[in-house]
Amino acid sequence: MSVDKDTVKKIARLARLDVPEERQEQIAGELRAILSWIEELGEVDTANVEPLASVTGHSLPLRADKVTDGNKVDDILANAPEQASGFFVVPKVVE
Amino acid sequence: MDSYLELTATQARAALQNKEISATELTNAYLTAATATEALNNYVCMTADKALEMAAASDKRIADGTAGPLEGLPVGVKDLFCTKGVATTACSAILKGFVPEYESSVTSQLWSDGAVMLGKLNCDEFAMGSANETSVFGAAVNPWSAQGGADLAAGGSSGGSASAVAAGSALLATGTDTGGSIRQPAAFCGVVGMKPTYGRCSRWGIVAFASSLDQAGPFTRDVADSALMFASMAGHDAKDSTSADASLPDLQAALHASVKGMKIGIPAEYVMDSMDEAITKLWQQGQDWLVEAGAELVPISLPHTRYALPAYYIIAPAEASSNLARYDGVRYGARIEAGHSLDDMYEATRAAGFGDEVQRRIMIGTYALSAGYYDAYYLKAQQVRRLIKDDFDKAFKGVDAILTPATPTAAFPLGVKQDDPITMYLNDVFTVPANLAGIPGISVPAGFSDSGLPLGLQVLSGAFREDTLYTVAACLEKQAGFSGQPPRHAAMMN
Repeated sequence: MSVDKDTVKKIARLARLDVPEERQEQIAGELRAILSWIEELGEVDTANVEPLASVTGHSLPLRADKVTDGNKVDDILANAPEQASGFFVVPKVVE
Repeated sequence: MDSYLELTATQARAALQNKEISATELTNAYLTAATATEALNNYVCMTADKALEMAAASDKRIADGTAGPLEGLPVGVKDLFCTKGVATTACSAILKGFVPEYESSVTSQLWSDGAVMLGKLNCDEFAMGSANETSVFGAAVNPWSAQGGADLAAGGSSGGSASAVAAGSALLATGTDTGGSIRQPAAFCGVVGMKPTYGRCSRWGIVAFASSLDQAGPFTRDVADSALMFASMAGHDAKDSTSADASLPDLQAALHASVKGMKIGIPAEYVMDSMDEAITKLWQQGQDWLVEAGAELVPISLPHTRYALPAYYIIAPAEASSNLARYDGVRYGARIEAGHSLDDMYEATRAAGFGDEVQRRIMIGTYALSAGYYDAYYLKAQQVRRLIKDDFDKAFKGVDAILTPATPTAAFPLGVKQDDPITMYLNDVFTVPANLAGIPGISVPAGFSDSGLPLGLQVLSGAFREDTLYTVAACLEKQAGFSGQPPRHAAMMN
């Protein structure tokens, strides 16, 4: 399926980006151009090829399940746009 | 003061140890130079007071005989590294006003080795770009731009780092490289830029772009300085689960080792029609230099090279769309109040805070990861990534290192490639494969274009073989005898 205005609306919603109606067509065009260039990947035979997600070659390390850090409420809230009583404040979500 | 600026880090270190100069004098010389070259827009924030405090502490440690490996050396920091108490924005409006309460692991290591912080350097927004043009602070300018001529791109995303080291307003600079963001700007500005093996430098405290590809590395005037700074930046860090617990090879020995008997791979797939003729010539010249020094050239094939960029432009945006989900106007950065719901606030904040290129990549990534497209795009790109890595693994069974051009062109004027994102993406055609494979790469200035702009050669080696990388790079540097002063810099300093 080709990317159209409705697809842009849907992706923008998933990505929590407010994309104004008048820009949706233009963005659809840009995304179509990029995706059609990416279609080249279809030429590669990847049957039975294991996807590569990490190049580290080591498995994720485990550590003891113990608290190693904490008591940093002020540090954590220092950059919050709005805070009160040791909490982040967000717009009202329940009536 | 100017003569201080001519010292490499290795030379400055010796002069500091011998008390020929003080860290305070050296730092003052750099702060003065940074102010004099302000028009290049390579700093987004100077931290002069902090720099002088750190320099005074360095002078004390030198006097006490407790100097660290980078004691008193002035460093500029890409604005992607979190610096405690110093604004860190990733050059994005969405992080306006963000002042971290913590220091990135890499910069912590630099400071504990005695380095002096000059300030934060310009880059593309969230490191997404190849010309530093997506920065909310405007583009950094390449000091090689002709006086009175068009402003040239310093490259990206670490454009400010390359520009500052080339202009003599930072002795050393940190960068990050996700698809070429260290090597391409280094080539454009005539300095040395090195992307280490994935996992060498901790990603902790660096604003994330694409976590499986991001790697920090040094910008320096020469190859010896690069090894010196890399040694300080690297090391295992438990706070980054992808950090490698591997010891560094002997880099000082590597700098002085001979390439005699080394096998250097020349990949057939890196010959491109659109490449500048001067770059084709320089690549040939580089091969001749290595042969003269006793290396053997081996024609190799990396058959999936042409698929690296399209695979990258699925994987990197997919990871970015996930990483950038954290900018929600709740915990840090800007918030735009809008509508009546939490979602309205999220959407307004993110639309106002992210620039066009960042939004474009978030949408590409979101699309590639969305239901129904995941297999066709994301999984396919990861499979192609495996084939690209296999190509390199196979090649390194027969060669010690690979020599390629660093970029397909010399620096271009700012503003010319903005209309079409794909044209801009093609800048990274020679650098992206190393990120996908996780191997190290270095860009070494080695010659000039017909219009007198610097050109770089890239050396790639196997994972964790930065020693081989530096041996070949040092040989190229010696044979090339690259020198020259950026014209814009010269005019500003006089």
